[in-house]
Amino acid sequence: MEILFLMLAALAVVAAFNVILQRNPIHGAISLIVTLCALAGLFLTLQAQFIAAIQVIVYAGAIMVLFVFVIMLLNVRTEEAKRDRQPYLKWIAPLLFIALLGEVFFVFKAVSTPPPAELSAANPAHVIGTTESIGQAMFSLYVVPFEAASVLILMAIVGAMILARRERAPRVEGAAIMAQSAESQTITEEKEVAAGAHR
Amino acid sequence: MIPLSWYLALSATLFTIGVAGVLLQRNVISLFMCIELMLNAVNLSLVAFSRYLNDITGQLFVFIVMTVAAAEAAVGLAIIISLFRNRETLNVDEADLLKL
Repeated sequence: MEILFLMLAALAVVAAFNVILQRNPIHGAISLIVTLCALAGLFLTLQAQFIAAIQVIVYAGAIMVLFVFVIMLLNVRTEEAKRDRQPYLKWIAPLLFIALLGEVFFVFKAVSTPPPAELSAANPAHVIGTTESIGQAMFSLYVVPFEAASVLILMAIVGAMILARRERAPRVEGAAIMAQSAESQTITEEKEVAAGAHR
Repeated sequence: MIPLSWYLALSATLFTIGVAGVLLQRNVISLFMCIELMLNAVNLSLVAFSRYLNDITGQLFVFIVMTVAAAEAAVGLAIIISLFRNRETLNVDEADLLKL
């Protein structure tokens, strides 16, 4: 069990370092997927089967596919030659990394961790992570946060559609507006041509 | 049984790597991925506490965190696409104006 933990932890940490040290975002995204899958394995060692499954399905599946899709859509590799406006951050980051890590481990030494909960027949450990127990808790005690999350998802859908939509010329409704609209249409077309030439 | 402190140490390490990544990277998509890394580090400690306290609440919180991360990724990537259309850049240092 310890061997499994150590292997998954080493995989997660190495892949996480690869995420932050890669210049090419697509390699970073692949490394992040490796980290997420290692974390899913760690959730399995904690007997959280449902969370491990949705970690792979939702995080490594849906969210990271979205990232990879956007990276490939925007063709980011042309950006690498840009000059760095804040070169001192490269030197501050390792120092801050070590300082923060030291602080956190000092807190671990200073604060005692709670003892493991008493396991009984009414409260066995293997029940905690199952879909059944999570579903029962989510739809009884935590139904309000669940509904709030669904509203949040709806807002995110609408917001993402509005933000990523291409701007179009206004819709033509009357003859008087027609000329104005045609004018603005030509302006947009000129802008697009200029943007294309700029590209 | 693996001690709780091992999981917490790994979670803290991953979170700190994410913080360092936010400082190191200049590409806005890479910054987003570092934020996802930090969210996952916190998720790990939540699940570990849930296991050791034998309480389901931590795992439900992880579920909500994943929902928020998905929403954040969708809206954030839409903003990135909009930014790239208007400014032709993905460098966060270039995106420092409120107007186009």
